[in-house]
Order: sequence, then structure tokens, then C-alpha cells
Amino acid sequence: MYKGLDYYSFDSLLSEDEKLVRELVYDFVQADVLPIIEEHNRQGRFPFELVQKMGELNLFGANLPARYGCAELNSVAYGLIMQELERGDSGIRSFVSVQSGLVMYPIFTFGSDEQKEKWLPLLASGEAIGCFGLTEPDFGSNPGGLVTKAEKVTGGYKLNGAKMWITNGTIADIAIVWAKLDGVIHGFIVEKGVKGYSAPEMKGKHSLRASVTSELVFEDVFIPDSNLLPNSRGLKCALMCLNQARYGIAWGVTGAMIACYQAALDYSLSRKQFSKPIGGYQITQQKLVYMLTEITKAQALNIQMGRLKDAGQLRFQQVSLAKRNNCEVALNIARMSREVLGANGILDEYPVMRHAANLESVKTYEGTHEMHTLILGEDITGLPAFDN
Amino acid sequence: MNIAVCVNHVPDTAAKVKVSEDHSGIDTAGAAWILNPYDEFAIEEALKIKEKTGGTVYVLSFGPAENNETIRKALGMGADEGIRIKPGTAADSLNVARALAAQITALDCKLVFTGKQSVDYDNGIVGQLLAELLGYNCVSVAVALQIDGTSVVAEREIEGGREVIQTTLPAVITAQKGLNEPRYASLKGIMAAKKKVIQEVEAVTMDPVVVTQSFESPAPKTAGKILGTDVQAVPELIKAIHEEMKLV
Repeated sequence: MYKGLDYYSFDSLLSEDEKLVRELVYDFVQADVLPIIEEHNRQGRFPFELVQKMGELNLFGANLPARYGCAELNSVAYGLIMQELERGDSGIRSFVSVQSGLVMYPIFTFGSDEQKEKWLPLLASGEAIGCFGLTEPDFGSNPGGLVTKAEKVTGGYKLNGAKMWITNGTIADIAIVWAKLDGVIHGFIVEKGVKGYSAPEMKGKHSLRASVTSELVFEDVFIPDSNLLPNSRGLKCALMCLNQARYGIAWGVTGAMIACYQAALDYSLSRKQFSKPIGGYQITQQKLVYMLTEITKAQALNIQMGRLKDAGQLRFQQVSLAKRNNCEVALNIARMSREVLGANGILDEYPVMRHAANLESVKTYEGTHEMHTLILGEDITGLPAFDN
Repeated sequence: MNIAVCVNHVPDTAAKVKVSEDHSGIDTAGAAWILNPYDEFAIEEALKIKEKTGGTVYVLSFGPAENNETIRKALGMGADEGIRIKPGTAADSLNVARALAAQITALDCKLVFTGKQSVDYDNGIVGQLLAELLGYNCVSVAVALQIDGTSVVAEREIEGGREVIQTTLPAVITAQKGLNEPRYASLKGIMAAKKKVIQEVEAVTMDPVVVTQSFESPAPKTAGKILGTDVQAVPELIKAIHEEMKLV
């Protein structure tokens, strides 16, 4: 039975099937993610065993057409999947976000028919795992400056360069890599095991510990002509992918908020100090009410954002607003929840410290909080605050 | 073979249930509704048999439009067709069973599954009534089932053990926890279910044989009484058992 937080009857805005999708993912997270996630987080290990099951549930590329083995859901249902996954863990949601929004979406949007027929069904079932390589060690917020380079050679391209902060990199069967060909950014499919390509895992993370983060290194890697995404041309194409992922993040972190709020509320009712449960004290109530209010606001943003997306009216700046706002309040809520739990909040007996640590990454990746501020600043003033 | 699964849409028993102000039922405002948990085992078993032997799985539900949510869930798990029977004025167990039996006869289903009981009123008799009305064999509270042709071997829970029953189709089986592990729906299943039209039929009802007079909440528990903490309290306790509680 689905249990969420619905202070403003947003459920009345959801269709029967949207609610069923949400309940399905909720049940999966309850039964298969929550019992194992703390141990994986402790060990710094991605729960690989969940991939096949997530494929069977059709969680990958869930908004893409049925002919490729996908569920062909609308954007609201897609968002609800992300929300429920991230109630479990941001790392699990990240895995699905990358597979769906950053690998399947660009193949679907910029790929040839052959590329779609070959890869989308494998990615939908989870038989193949993908990653997305745009960010480089020296080019994060300004990806237009990237230096990974493709040169035309007989029958294909020669790729040189390095990528960093790549979710799923080490475990990926294919990488969607963005590189400059004659000075213009293009997307390439790089297959695991080709000569000169390696993807070492980045260690020592205090955040997203149940997710794989990697470098990608290309040394004279030969990419056949058939692995160029033929309709990808210019940075805009890569940014279109990020926009998909940001949309999912805005929904996803709302799930982390709900998890942290519920942990804080439950704890505040059972933990007694002095004469009564700490939920009876004004300072705790203020925290709980902040959480409730911000979650409710995020839910309002998400549902309208989803409806606009399905109507084809969603602007990328609106996605920036939701991503920026929701990540910030999610992190605030996670920290506040930790405060309500006192010392217990730092233990992995409770999910809040894991969410708080994860959300530090989520606030930064797919466009930092600061960059989304500047995107919105430019949108309302017409004046770009960064060098173009 | 056509297989019928009768499912119910019930309040989540994990939530607090309140009696309505006029005592005619429960206060449904704010209650969360779910597919009756025992019916999940019924659906799973029907799907397993369909996968093995082929056929069509019909999901039947007696109740208001909200029951469509539960029918859709069953369709999302893989059932083929959904039928909702609109309740008439009387909805006691016998009328529910009559309405279901009429549909099952019309659909020519020789195998019928229900949960062993619905967790709303917990009467636990619709399955047996169905069998009687249809003239089918019945195994209630089944925890294991094997069907081979028309032969049925089922195990049911009894006090302190299991009873193995051999019977034949046509039959009604009421499902108990442990019969199987219900599957998840898949997103593709949910989307396919969305496209299906749930057929809606009117129930033919007769005068009810059971009429509910009113609903009352249980009396609030009173605080316990401590008579003492050692052997000195025993005579007083015995006196209380005899005279106050009148247990012996």
C-alpha cells in the first residue's frame, strides 16, 4: 500500500495509472532497495543485483516508445518513478536517470534507426548499462570548452581525451561521449572493451556511495562511423540530455525529502525528553512544518512541470528553477531531519544522514545550484552573468 | 480455460478506521483503499495457471467506481479482462456471491479464485457461497494447489497442520497467504491495462439475508489495575476473577 505525503490533495491530479506506477515503484523500493541499501552504502558498492529486476519492471527509459521495449509513460509518471526511487537512495535514482535520460534519450533523439534498434531494447531490459560523458576534469560548468577530440580517420574516428564524474562509467557497456569534431561538439557511442578506452572508478566518495562514479580515458580510441550519433551537432544536444536528467532530479529529490520528513516525524513522536515527546516542543514543530511546507511546494512545482512537459510547453529555465529549488530544500530538510534525530541521526540505522550526504552531490551535479541561478538570472534580465 | 478471479477494494487496515457519524458504516473520507491482500494471492495463482495451460483470466469486482482502481492493478499484473459489477441496494455476502456467480456462469469460468476473506468486513464466506450457487467444488484457505486436467489437489491450513484435498473442476479456490509470492505489475503491464475497457454490469440483487443495524466503535480500553506485586496479592486476584470479572 502506497504511503506518501499529500497535504494538498495532489493525488487528485494524478490518473489511476500514474498512481499505479508510483505504487509499483514504492513497493519495489520497500521490498528490494531499503533492506539492502545501508550495507551497500557502507561498503561503497552499487547494488548490481537490482538491475535485472528494474529492467523487468520496465523502469529504464520508461517514457520512450513501446516498440523499443519501453513502457511509454507520460512525464508525470516518469517523474513519480524518480521520486519513489530516490525515497530509497539518490544513487539508485541516479543509475536510472543516467540510463534513461542520458543514454537512452540521446540514442532515441540523435541516433540512427540501426543504433536505436540495436541499443534501446538492450538498455530497456538492463542487459546493457550506459553512461554519459560530457564533464571533463577542467570543464564542469562550462562544457562548451571541453577538449576531448575526435578526428576523422578511414572508416571512423579517433578519440582522445578524458572525462570525469561519470555515473555508471566503470560498469557501463556503452558510453555516450561528447567530443569536438572539427571544433563542433558531437555525440559518439563508445563500446566497452575497445582498445585505448578505460574507465577507472573514482574512490573516496562521502556521497552517493551506492553508485559508481568513474573517469573515462580515451587514448587513440577507434570509433567506427556507425557509432557517431548522426543527429547530434553542437553543445545544445548534450544540454538537451541534461534537461531530461534535471527534470528527473527535481522529482527525485522530493522523494528524499519525504523519506527524511517521515523519519523526523516518526522519531519526534517516539523520542521523549523532559516531560513529553520532542514533537511537542515548538522548535521541533517549526522544523517539521518547514519540511511539510517545502515538500508541498515542491510537489506543486513537479506536477505542473510534468503537465507542461507533456504539453510540449516546458522551457529549460523552468526545469532549472525546479531542480535548483528542490535540491536546495531537500538538502535543508535532510540536515534538519538529522537535527531532529539528534545523535541518532548520524547512524545508518536511520536514512537521513545518507540522504543528506547524497544530496550534497545532487545539488551540484547536472548543473550546479549556482549555474541554475545564473540561467534564471539571464532569463529574467536578458543579461548573461557568465562569459559566453 | 476461462479463469475468474474475484477481487475486492478494501480500506487499508494499517490506517485507522472510524465509524461514520450516522453509524451506518465507516467514515470513508481520508481512508486509503487497497486491493484486498488475500486477493493478490488469488490473482497470482490464476496467472500462473494461465501461463502454464493458456486461457483467459477475468477479474471481477463487486462495488462502486473506485473498485476500478483495484481491477486495473490486477490487469497490470497480467489479467486479461476486467468486469465491475455495480452494486444494487443490498450488498450482503449472499448478494455479492449471487452477482459474481451470474457473471462467472455467463463467462463460463470453470476455475474461480477469491481471497480467503476480504479484510473489510472479514465475513470470509463469499467464496463458499459462490461454490454453492454455482454447484462447484470448493477448497477454502488454500496454501498449495496443483491442477492437472480436471484434477485438483489442494492443501489447506487446519489447526496444527495441513489437510490435502483431492477434487475436480469446476472449483472455487479461496487463497491464503503462502499459496504463492504475488508478482509486481510491470510498467508495461500498467500501460497495457490502461488501454483496456473495464466492462460494467448491473447486479441483480434480492432482499438481503443479513442487514447491518449499526456500527459501533469498540469501547475504549480501561486502565489496568495492579493488585500487588508478590504472592500476597494472589488471594485478592482470585477474588477479583470470581467476583469482579466473573470469569470462573
